[in-house]
Amino acid sequence: MSLDPSRIRLVLLDSGGNNLGSVQAAFARLGIEAPVSSDASRIRAATHVVLPGVGAAGPAMQRLRENGLDRLIPTLSQPLLGICVGMQLLFEQSAEGDVDCLGLLPGRVERLPEAPGIRVPHMGWNRLEVAPSAAGHPLVQGLDGRRAYFVHSFAVRGSADALATCHHGQPFVAIAARGRVMGAQCHPERSAAVGARLLANFLSL
Amino acid sequence: MLSRRIIPCLDVREGRVVKGVRFRDHVVMGEIEALALRYRDEGADELVFYDITASPEGRPVDREWVERVARLIDIPFCVAGGIRSVADAARVLEAGADKVSVNSPALERPALIDELAAAFGVQCVVVGVDSLRDADGEWRVRQYTGDPGRTRALPRRTLDWVAEAVSRGAGEIVLNCMGSDGAREGYDIDQLAAVRAVCPVPLVASGGAGAIDHFTEVFQNADVDAALAASVFHSGAVPIPELKRRLREAGIEVRDD
Repeated sequence: MSLDPSRIRLVLLDSGGNNLGSVQAAFARLGIEAPVSSDASRIRAATHVVLPGVGAAGPAMQRLRENGLDRLIPTLSQPLLGICVGMQLLFEQSAEGDVDCLGLLPGRVERLPEAPGIRVPHMGWNRLEVAPSAAGHPLVQGLDGRRAYFVHSFAVRGSADALATCHHGQPFVAIAARGRVMGAQCHPERSAAVGARLLANFLSL
Repeated sequence: MLSRRIIPCLDVREGRVVKGVRFRDHVVMGEIEALALRYRDEGADELVFYDITASPEGRPVDREWVERVARLIDIPFCVAGGIRSVADAARVLEAGADKVSVNSPALERPALIDELAAAFGVQCVVVGVDSLRDADGEWRVRQYTGDPGRTRALPRRTLDWVAEAVSRGAGEIVLNCMGSDGAREGYDIDQLAAVRAVCPVPLVASGGAGAIDHFTEVFQNADVDAALAASVFHSGAVPIPELKRRLREAGIEVRDD
C-alpha cells in the first residue's frame, strides 16, 4: 500500500496519555507527521484524527472535558481512530471508575474477567479475528489472523460495530467502526508490521 | 490465544549495551539501537533495557537513548533501573517507553507501586523481584543486587512480596531467580511454579536460560507468560527464530508474524 503524505494532515488529540510519543513515532515511520493538539480550528482542518490513550478512562475523560475536546469530537466529520483507552472513550460508559464516555459507539467498557490461566492485564501478542461481515472493510485489510500487541484490563465484550474480535478467555472487541468513528483496542504503534498496516489502512480512508 | 513472549534483556551502561558476569567485568556488546533493531528483526516480542548504573549512582535514566529506541522500534519495551518516583517514571514513559520496572526502590518504599499504578495504570508497572533460596528452604528477596558490595538479604519471603506487589498495583512480575542466574542450566522451575500459584498477573521468568529446551520447560512446567534472557541471545547461542520454531513444534503458542 502506498500513502501520499502530501495529502494527509493528521492530528493527535491531547488526551494526556503517556504514549503520544510512541504513536507519533509510528506515524513518522510511515512518513506522516503527527502533531498533538487540542486546538479546535487545527483539529477541524485535519484530514485524519487520532485519539490515543494510556492509563485509565477517568483521567482521560477529565482531560477531554478540561480542554473542550469532549464537545468537539462528536462534531468532527473526518476519520477518527481511538487507540486502546482512546477506543474505550468512544463508547457510552466505562466500568473503570464508572465514568461516562463520549457515547459515539453504543456499548459499555467492562473489566476483563480473570480465570484459570487467563491473566489480567491482558498483556502480549494476540490474534485479530476479522468478522466475515467486515472482511471488506478497508480498516482491517490484511489483518485477519495476525497478531497485535495488547496491554489492557478493560474492553467491550461485544458490539454490532465490531470489525475484529480477540480472545482472552472470552471474546472482546479488538477493532470497531461505525462510519467515520473507529477504534483499536490493541496498540498499533507497538504491533510491528501488523500495526503499521492498521495505521496505513486508517490513513488510506 | 495469547502468545508466550520471548524477551531479550539489554543491560545499558553509558549509552551502550554491556554484559557482565555476575554483575562484574562488563564487556561492551554493542550500540543500543543496533541490538534493539537486531532483536526486533529476529522476532523478539518485547525488549527490556536495564540501566545498570542509574540506580547505584543515584541518578535517573538517561532520557535520550529511551527516545531514540522509541522512535526506532515498533515492538513494546520496558525500562528498568533508576526509577524511584512518579516523576522518574513519567520521564521514561514520556520518552516513549511502554512500561517501567522497579525493584529495590519498591522494597525501600512499597507505596511507590501504588503511586505508579495510580498515575499510569497497572499495565505500565512492572515489579522486578530478585530472589534466592535460603538455608532454611524459604525463597527470600534480595535488594541492591546491581551492586555486589551493597546486596542485602531481606527477611521478606518472595511469595509474600509478590502477592503484596500485585495487590498494590503491579501489572507484571519479573522473577529473577538468582540461584540459577548465569549458570545456563535452566530456569528455576520450582520457584517459578510456586510464584505462579500466587501471581494473578503476567509472570516473566528470568535467570538460567542456556539452551532452547530451557525455554520449552519453563513455559510447560511453570506456566509463565514470558521468558527473559540476555547472554544466550547476545552470544547467538539461542537464535530467536530457531527458538520460536522449536516452541511452536512443542505446541507452545508464539508470535510468528
